[in-house]
Amino acid sequence: MRLSLTSRFSAISALLPALLVMLVVYIGATSWTVWMSLTNSRMLPNNNFVGLRQYETLLGNDRWITSVHNIVIYGVLFVSFALLIGFLLAVAIDQRVRAEDTIRSIFLYPYSMSFVVTGLVWQWLLNPTLGIQHVLRSWGFENATFDWIVRPETAIYCLVIAGVWQASGLVMAIMLAGLRGVDEEIWKAARVDGLPKWRVYMSIIIPMMGASFATAAVLLSTGVVRLYDLSVSMTNGGPGIASEVPAKFVMDHLFERANIGLATAAATTMLITVIAVVAPYLYWRARKGEMR
Amino acid sequence: MTAVAQPLPAARRPKRMTPARWGLYAFIFITALYFLLPLYVMVVTSLKPMAEIRQGNLLALPIAPSIEAWVKAWTSACTGLTCQGIKIGFLNSLRILVPSVAISILVGSLTGYALSLWRVRGANILFGAMMVVAFIPYQLFIYPLVRVFSFTGLGQSLLTIVMIHTIFGLPTMTLLFRNYFASLPVELFKAARVDGAGFYQIYARIMMPMATPMIVVAVILQTTGIWNDFILGLVFAGRDNLPMTVQLNNIVNSTQGERAYNVDMAATLLTALLPLAVYFGSGRWFVRGIAAGAVKG
Repeated sequence: MRLSLTSRFSAISALLPALLVMLVVYIGATSWTVWMSLTNSRMLPNNNFVGLRQYETLLGNDRWITSVHNIVIYGVLFVSFALLIGFLLAVAIDQRVRAEDTIRSIFLYPYSMSFVVTGLVWQWLLNPTLGIQHVLRSWGFENATFDWIVRPETAIYCLVIAGVWQASGLVMAIMLAGLRGVDEEIWKAARVDGLPKWRVYMSIIIPMMGASFATAAVLLSTGVVRLYDLSVSMTNGGPGIASEVPAKFVMDHLFERANIGLATAAATTMLITVIAVVAPYLYWRARKGEMR
Repeated sequence: MTAVAQPLPAARRPKRMTPARWGLYAFIFITALYFLLPLYVMVVTSLKPMAEIRQGNLLALPIAPSIEAWVKAWTSACTGLTCQGIKIGFLNSLRILVPSVAISILVGSLTGYALSLWRVRGANILFGAMMVVAFIPYQLFIYPLVRVFSFTGLGQSLLTIVMIHTIFGLPTMTLLFRNYFASLPVELFKAARVDGAGFYQIYARIMMPMATPMIVVAVILQTTGIWNDFILGLVFAGRDNLPMTVQLNNIVNSTQGERAYNVDMAATLLTALLPLAVYFGSGRWFVRGIAAGAVKG
């Protein structure tokens, strides 16, 4: 259908905000950040080009190395445990259990809460003087120790515990939708063949749920790179710099340490990581869409 | 929109409790404890006086429950410089929330509508690009945006934070409405065109009234998302408009001297109250929102 001139004008006017946001915010701001990472900007941005020197500094920066190290540990453990627990929960609920709605609400409610709330609750639970360790000792386990949050080498695992608690319900919801989409005929056929249930899950259902796993994994992974609130509220990066994460490194160097060049170099490194994770996924989705 | 898990008829539930089913229920029970523990501890801690917290057990029920900590958290807890409680943050969050949700849905639905039903040149490129940039971490935009807003004279203000939430909500909102409008029968749109209705008329009179379910989903998504935001509020709202999450973090993490854990937990619960109410009040709609937001592209 041909569009009249006024309608075409209206349609374009409606798209102006999106276009503006796209050009100014997403493309413009990102480019500026990448450019600043190539300068020696300190408190204010300048245009003194220094090549990749900020990236060299970054690689020699202890705090950055710790941050990257932490986010890798956090990312691997958080994504694996959230996927595992979420999937097991979805399978468990799919066994036609009683009180399904209540059980689902229990597993999903943490996802409605903020990372700040999550971080503060778990900070309290993991507090060695009055938290879980104290409870275990008062139950007669005199030597029980659960002081991960105050020990530099284990603080990051506390973030994993809290993160998994918050996000597993999301995985469960995605997986349950996938499981409910599985054709009843498959189950009937498996029953006729006398296959045990776990074999059906392992060899038939899991391979069929590739899309659900990919969606959940990508959602969780993008959350990993953004991780900031949890580190701030739960440990504030501590003890010392033991639970620092890249997003916090960027924020601190932008607003407290007045080192814009280094901060934007760190941010650009984050961007490259995200592209490496998301690009194959988007490509895969696009390919799948074409084949349909 | 993906299929939302539906409950199965109870008749097909196995009647006998086999050992395997006992194991199944044991697994669900133990994981449920892990999920419920924090909520339980938050509630009981907030109802105990400090003396009881110091001597007693984290899991014990309060011996002499009192709402004193709640009153203190609401009216007089200290957030750094001032001691006016978390209510300031609550009101700030509300003032940020209402316009942000309304404007982001308005802009997102209009964009989704223009991208789905109207053949505008380059529409697919714009849409594809929006889906890609949704994955970029905020750290890439924050500093340039701070500079742009201070250059325009807006600086850190209520208007700034509302605009920021609108900007960062745009990709998801657009996706939500574009996919919904694209799933409607195109004849409806054509008939309206033949009747001579214009672009904005069709949007306001036909499309938006039909999109009520999507509006509900969008309101849920944006309300929890904006209420739970920390980083954007911290950077863009300005000192006088800091949202509840930021104030909560200040109350808990910048205390001098002995920490009042009961007040901390009361303030934490107060901050979680609105998203929890949305979650338990909306039931399956929340899951629908997750499914819709999850399936990007």
